[in-house]
Amino acid sequence: MLTNKGTRHIIFFFGLLILNYNCSSDDSTHVPKLQPLVIPEIFSDNIIDPIIPSDNPQTTEGIALGKRLFFDNILSANGTKSCASCHSPQSAFTDNAPTSVGIDGIAGTRNSMPLFNMAWNYNERFNWDGKALSLESQAIEPVENPIELHSDWDNVVARLQAHPDYPELFDLAFNTSTITKELTTKAIAQFERTLISANSKFDNYLRDQAVLSPQEINGLDIFLREDKGDCFHCHGNPNNPLWTDNDFHNNGLDSQFTDLGLGAVTGDPSDNGKFRSPSLRNLAYSAPYMHDGRFSTLEEVINHYSEGLQNSPTIDPLMKKVDEGGVQLTDQEKADLKAFLLTLTDPSFIANPDFQN
Amino acid sequence: MKKKLALLGLVVLVLYSCGEDNDDNQEPQVFTTFEFTHNWDGALITSINFNAIQYTNENGDLLSIERLRYVVSDIIFSNEERTFELDIYNLIDVTNNDMSFTPQESIPTGTYNVSFTFGLDNEDNSENLIDLNSESFNVPDNLGGGYHYMQLDGKFINSSMEEQGYNYHAIRAVENPGPNPTFPQDTFFNVDLGNIVINDNVEVEVEMNIAEWFKTPNLWDLNELNQMLMPNASAQILMYQNGQNVFRLGDVN
Ligand code: HEC
Ligand code: HEC
Repeated sequence: MLTNKGTRHIIFFFGLLILNYNCSSDDSTHVPKLQPLVIPEIFSDNIIDPIIPSDNPQTTEGIALGKRLFFDNILSANGTKSCASCHSPQSAFTDNAPTSVGIDGIAGTRNSMPLFNMAWNYNERFNWDGKALSLESQAIEPVENPIELHSDWDNVVARLQAHPDYPELFDLAFNTSTITKELTTKAIAQFERTLISANSKFDNYLRDQAVLSPQEINGLDIFLREDKGDCFHCHGNPNNPLWTDNDFHNNGLDSQFTDLGLGAVTGDPSDNGKFRSPSLRNLAYSAPYMHDGRFSTLEEVINHYSEGLQNSPTIDPLMKKVDEGGVQLTDQEKADLKAFLLTLTDPSFIANPDFQN
Repeated sequence: MKKKLALLGLVVLVLYSCGEDNDDNQEPQVFTTFEFTHNWDGALITSINFNAIQYTNENGDLLSIERLRYVVSDIIFSNEERTFELDIYNLIDVTNNDMSFTPQESIPTGTYNVSFTFGLDNEDNSENLIDLNSESFNVPDNLGGGYHYMQLDGKFINSSMEEQGYNYHAIRAVENPGPNPTFPQDTFFNVDLGNIVINDNVEVEVEMNIAEWFKTPNLWDLNELNQMLMPNASAQILMYQNGQNVFRLGDVN
């Protein structure tokens, strides 16, 4: 595990070296300006570096192009929707529908996911079920998905190529005005990697720049205590400030599954009903909750863990007191837990001008 | 006086040549690879065998394994002449088939007693180890801080004949966790693999018999001890005692 990650970083460094070398030796072609991610201290102090593919370094021009594409309806078949239609900055880059509606007005079966800190998803398994294996490849699918943008990549590339601005923007970002699906998704992925959220009240508390109320402190205690909420085994903790393990679990939503989740991807029945733990940052903006958006409030989520668990063969062994329906929190404990969860809200993330259209 | 000086000179010379010798000899340096394998009283276990309720522990409870990862650290090679301590730690993750590692440091060939630490000693455990944080392997401060030594999760058939989860999580035993924790006793432990002849790069197999965690000296009853064991210092001490017999030297190649 460790070696693999190390190797990738080394390759990344060589990539940088080569780019820099080009920079100084050849002034005739335009060289995109490297713009490495600014890693928040709260991350660099506690967790390992983000994953940047060696063949897609972050550049100023690439990020700008990716941002424009992300907000542009040109990616949809009928010019009515963009990525941002379901991933809106005001909602921490998700939408507020239980399941997202595509360009033809048809709702899918899954809740749109908030988008942030994705370069720290070390296993690079994206979507609720881990089906997409990198951010670059993730971006291919929504464009063609009949219940999302319902386009055809050949048409999208043709539209971009015929556009007055895009050929030049691709040239600036990738040194070629010949637009491809691969370059389009590379640019989008670069923009997505810049979506970093690490400035919540709780982050400030860790930096000694904010004070938590006694209720919030108590909520944190419930979140962490193995004999109370025991949320931290799956959802991070002050030393893993992603607030997710990015791993797959069945958290007891159903006794029978209409959506197999990870099981449909791996084909292994023991993965049925497993979904990726979402980060608990920015919950104030990202309702409704769970892979199918079944809970519209945090109260409902907390009630689920407290007394609503449904047993099934693949329920995670970390779920406690399943026969009683859950961890049995008192009303006061539930209120405290909610107060703590809301300290993970990062208003500067949704207000960041770099992320607005 | 002169004599003394001469003697000193001789001593210096001898010392110097001693140092020279070491360099001249160019003792061959070799790398060691540690490969951890897992079994249930001899029956090999990999992640393929996970999830099915198919093992019976000493107490007679049927159980499954769904997740197993643990930390080993501080490998020591020693013989009468010298000791090499590799100040390292490594997460063995059976769930994700990440079960071997090769320390970066090489050692000179020789016959050594080889040992390692299960878990992390108190010094290592109090550091901020960001790769283990990234694996969500740390223990929050209000549970005593530091790291999990082991996370063994699965299900067992309880006395009402129902499947129930268990979390055999080994950590540093702690009482009164919080701002002023007290630690009743150390629960990391040393695993002595005995003498190993190391003449070349070598692969050392270490076997963990998972059944031993439930066997001796404490017969483990999952109906009584199954979840929420992290805040349970006496359960941690039982784990520590049962852990003494789980590791064994396997093949050396
Ligand atoms: C119709 C709504 C809709 C549109 C349009 C849409 N998405 Fe999504 N997005 C979703 C849904 C729903 C999911 C969860 C999918 C799943 O789990 O199968 C998702 C998941 C994702 C994820 C995974 C996040 C993670 O942490 O795993 C990324 C990244 C993403 N979308 C990016 C994009 C991009 C880029 C576009 C435009 C090319 C886009 N989306 C267009 C609804 C949409
Ligand atoms: C065994 C791992 C596990 C534990 C323990 C756990 N969760 Fe979750 N949590 C998940 C998974 C997996 C999901 C997504 C499930 C799905 O949508 O199918 C989730 C979803 C959530 C969501 C919805 C987030 C969103 O964006 O939709 C919230 C909020 C949440 N959990 C809070 C908690 C709290 C509070 C606790 C402790 C009381 C807790 N979780 C314990 C694994 C876990």
